[in-house]
Amino acid sequence: MIDVLAAVLILLGLGFYLAGSIGLLRLPDLYARLHALTKADNLGLGLLTAGLALHAQDLFTSAKLLLIWLAVLAASAASAHLIARHARRRETGT
Amino acid sequence: MNTITLLVFDGLLLISIVSLAWAALATRDARRSVILFMAFGLVLALAWGRLLAPDVALAEAAIGAGLSGALLLAAVSEQPHAAGVVRPSISQNPGRAGTRTAVRWAITLLCAGLAGILGWALLQGLDSSARDTLAQAVAANLAISGVSNPVTAVLLNFRAYDTLLELAVLLTAVLGIFALGQARPGYQCAGPVFDSLARWLAPVLVLIAGYLLWVGAHAPGGAFQAGATLAAAAIVLRLAGRSHIGLPAGGSLRLVTVAGVAVFLLVGLVLLLLGRPFLGYPPAWAGALILVIETAAMLTIATTLVLAFLGGRPQALWREPGVRRDAPPASDAPGAAAPANESAAPSLAAGTQEQTRC
Amino acid sequence: MLTAQWLYGLTGCVVVALGLRAALLHPSLLQRIVAINVMGSGVFLVLIAVAYRGPGVAPDPVPHALVLTGIVVAVSATALALALVRRLRAERNDG
Repeated sequence: MIDVLAAVLILLGLGFYLAGSIGLLRLPDLYARLHALTKADNLGLGLLTAGLALHAQDLFTSAKLLLIWLAVLAASAASAHLIARHARRRETGT
Repeated sequence: MNTITLLVFDGLLLISIVSLAWAALATRDARRSVILFMAFGLVLALAWGRLLAPDVALAEAAIGAGLSGALLLAAVSEQPHAAGVVRPSISQNPGRAGTRTAVRWAITLLCAGLAGILGWALLQGLDSSARDTLAQAVAANLAISGVSNPVTAVLLNFRAYDTLLELAVLLTAVLGIFALGQARPGYQCAGPVFDSLARWLAPVLVLIAGYLLWVGAHAPGGAFQAGATLAAAAIVLRLAGRSHIGLPAGGSLRLVTVAGVAVFLLVGLVLLLLGRPFLGYPPAWAGALILVIETAAMLTIATTLVLAFLGGRPQALWREPGVRRDAPPASDAPGAAAPANESAAPSLAAGTQEQTRC
Repeated sequence: MLTAQWLYGLTGCVVVALGLRAALLHPSLLQRIVAINVMGSGVFLVLIAVAYRGPGVAPDPVPHALVLTGIVVAVSATALALALVRRLRAERNDG
């Protein structure tokens, strides 16, 4: 039962990654592509780590996985902000 | 079913590795090449995980992809145009175009031949039977090595001499970097988003480095991964525009840079004086000695990698010949230069003269 | 000989050849440094492939230690090479 739930969560997370990858390849604009990528990082990784945490052997591993997700969340949000700000500044000539 | 999925996974992973290597080297844009190289390093870390090499995966992700990528990106962003330092003679001599193409084809064929020979040698080597002797020796002696992680045991006990020489290679690289020029100028102060990220990321990274150092005795980890994480903390602070990035100043910096080799040599020589072989730890003390050596090695590795990222001598630390540190500047230097010269020891300032107040 | 061993090992040989070719022929100095790093990664692939012993079996730790040493040495050599490139650029711009 836990395994089925974990598999479902992981598959959902992979769906977000697929959407993010397709967005990276097909969307026209830098900002739109950043938007797609951060969806993969936030929800995609969150669902993936939730599935893996359910599947993990002990609570310590699950806590580590949660910490990994939080760290990637903050880092990817900050990176997306920095990239978008740099691109915006280069566009408007600031 | 399991082997087929594993085979498909292996195939996809290997295709990604070769494609990323090809793409990184085929492009003309240096920045794109560096970013593809970073992606190549991360996929390679996946391959190390698949091949049951978690220590190597940690080191590859931290050092091979992360720090190498940071060093290369810092170098790329310094160059004036996209193509970089280009060899002048080959590309601008149309009369020798035929020879040039022939040489390129010859080199390509030779490299393909090299791959063939290496592959043939690899298959010959994999077929032979006497491959496990070293692994069996490690497994037999793991109990008296002082640690229970076999890779750490090999690195810091059975092949400790190699690790000592590796730290000496790091020291040589730092000496070369010091000799070649001064550090890159610092970055501007970060905005609120990146500044708050750096503010909490640095202490978390220091904590993770300490954890990796401690856990390396019985799980994947160790001094190299810990040193790389510590260096990452300092580099994040540097990128956020801060002038205080955790490097010691002046004599302490030199001390930390040589600490790895020094502590290792000291332990080895003391053991020699006590009648044991060089770096032959007594089994009762092996764990403690390994921890001491790893701590010194972690600090040295972190300092070396940060200095590599800085790219040269940190400016606040060295007295240029002919300039007295405490003499007031003779000309009407701008007011910012005087405090930068008077602040004798506190910490490492950015390469430029003004103190960034971030 | 396991499938994974010769798969990953042969890929390592191919990557070494790719890196060597680019290190010799590429016009950009920075990308030649990247190519040498790629060559090193190919060698690491061969070493770790040789150390692999199967899904449930502990791998051979000696090549792992060699590769760990190799990664650190490669990054320090890259750092020195980049410092040399920086100095080279400064000299060319001045002289």
